[in-house]
Amino acid sequence: MDKLALYMSYPFVRYAVIVGVLIALCSSLLGVTLVLKRFSFIGDGLSHVAFGAISIAAVLSLTNEMVLILPITIVSAILLLRTGQNTKIKGDAAIAMISVAALAFGYLIMNIFSTSSNLSGDVCSTLFGSTSILTLTKGEVALCAILSVIVIAIFVIFYNKIFAVTFDENFARATGVNAGAYNLMIAVVIAVIIVLAMNLVGSLLISALVIFPALSAMRLFKSFKSVTICSAVLSVICALAGILTSILAGTPVGSTIVAVDVAAFGICALVGMLKKG
Amino acid sequence: MSYIEVKNLSVGYDGVAVEKNINFTVGKGDYLCIVGENGSGKTTLMKTLLGLNDPLRGQIIFGEDLTKNEIGYLPQQTEVQKDFPASVQEIVLSGCLSACGLRPFYNKAEKALADENIRRMGIEDLKSRCYRELSGGQQQRVLLARALCATRKVLLLDEPVSGLDPKVTASLYELIKDLNKEGITIIMVSHDIEAAVKYASHILHIGDELFFGTKTDYLKSSAGKMFTDSKKEVN
Ligand SMILES: Nc1ncnc2c1ncn2[C@@H]1O[C@H](COP(=O)(O)OP(=O)(O)OP(=O)(O)O)[C@@H](O)[C@H]1O
Ligand SMILES: [Mg+2]
Repeated sequence: MDKLALYMSYPFVRYAVIVGVLIALCSSLLGVTLVLKRFSFIGDGLSHVAFGAISIAAVLSLTNEMVLILPITIVSAILLLRTGQNTKIKGDAAIAMISVAALAFGYLIMNIFSTSSNLSGDVCSTLFGSTSILTLTKGEVALCAILSVIVIAIFVIFYNKIFAVTFDENFARATGVNAGAYNLMIAVVIAVIIVLAMNLVGSLLISALVIFPALSAMRLFKSFKSVTICSAVLSVICALAGILTSILAGTPVGSTIVAVDVAAFGICALVGMLKKG
Repeated sequence: MSYIEVKNLSVGYDGVAVEKNINFTVGKGDYLCIVGENGSGKTTLMKTLLGLNDPLRGQIIFGEDLTKNEIGYLPQQTEVQKDFPASVQEIVLSGCLSACGLRPFYNKAEKALADENIRRMGIEDLKSRCYRELSGGQQQRVLLARALCATRKVLLLDEPVSGLDPKVTASLYELIKDLNKEGITIIMVSHDIEAAVKYASHILHIGDELFFGTKTDYLKSSAGKMFTDSKKEVN
């Protein structure tokens, strides 16, 4: 406990905790919708796209990577959710296609053009989450906080619309709800979340942050509202526990958070089974 | 001027017509039944009326202070996944969404309307139950309550009684009849020609032979004769 208090007195640790919790909260909110729309893997696909974008940014040696990463990821998100509606190209195939392609090209580009001496280290940290969450500057924390607040606000304001579009898109469209616009909004928001979350858990583990809290909550609750609230709460608790454990035990941040999420899912599944039987 | 006027409408998918030259009008307070064999394009026509599919040719004219989003809709199949967590109340309330416009939350009147429709469908005791755990007939009532929240004018029903037992079917027909009496215009797809003839004021027959007219005209027409004859054979 003393050790924890000591660590918490460092601003960079506090920043990491704040950012981690905010990202976990945001990703869990849309997680429910994505899981139900059968887009569990969009997090994976998009983060690989972001990985590709990062490698391009690195090759171009851009100082501000975000100007490249965010637009590319948003465009891919829009394209992916578009094809999802078109039943002829199944959403999961499209995501798999884009995701592996971006991963391969990203690594290829990095390999061919990179001037860094520690290539595999760079790649590893983008894939599994870097320690950069512990080296966040005040500006980055502020940016992350602002984006998170925007994401949460959008979710709350459009909560009823998101529910209707997720539950029965045809009915929503038939009664004059602009489902296309809301799908677009969901795509943009999820792209922003992914780019934010890459710092935290890296591109291979992002899906865990998006889907585990939602799946856990769905074991326990039966209405959309309670599932959403439960998954948000779970996600925040798991992120907090994961970050603190990783600081105390010196384990990698991303995988520790995911491990806690998995454990929480196990507990929820068990409780859900006991409740039923 | 009628509520909905359909002129030379062709419906289909990807430029290929399923049914051509459909003409009919629906007036305020009408009860129109759409009949025809499997695959004749009834659902496609419904979707086109709702704006979910684009018409290939022809026109759909909405008249008399009826706008497109004032139509309630009960789909033939809802592609709701098995694991979707949603309570009955949440689903019924989502029917009020188009009335909300850009307002983020439902107001008191809309919540009251949802409660009212839940009561009308006799599913008050299911209000906080999970939709996916209901029986087919119960689910149908929930979706009908939702459709009622979306409209006070026109209700489109695509085979509302398929898969329901005779008792529930009869009560659902009575319910729809009452709604019609209250002034809601009904457009219903049905295979149940007997019920169609019993309840409807107008009949649209699509398939190889197109027919539109009042119920009495239909029974005299060749399309109607075909149907009534086949019924005699079965009996
Ligand atoms: N999404 C689709 N894409 C292409 N063709 C379709 C699609 N849906 C239906 N069809 C075709 O359009 C035709 C009409 O289908 P529709 O669903 O309108 O029939 P229906 O009259 O409602 O039949 P049922 O009585 O079985 O409900 C069928 O031949 C069907 O194969
Ligand atoms: Mg049909």
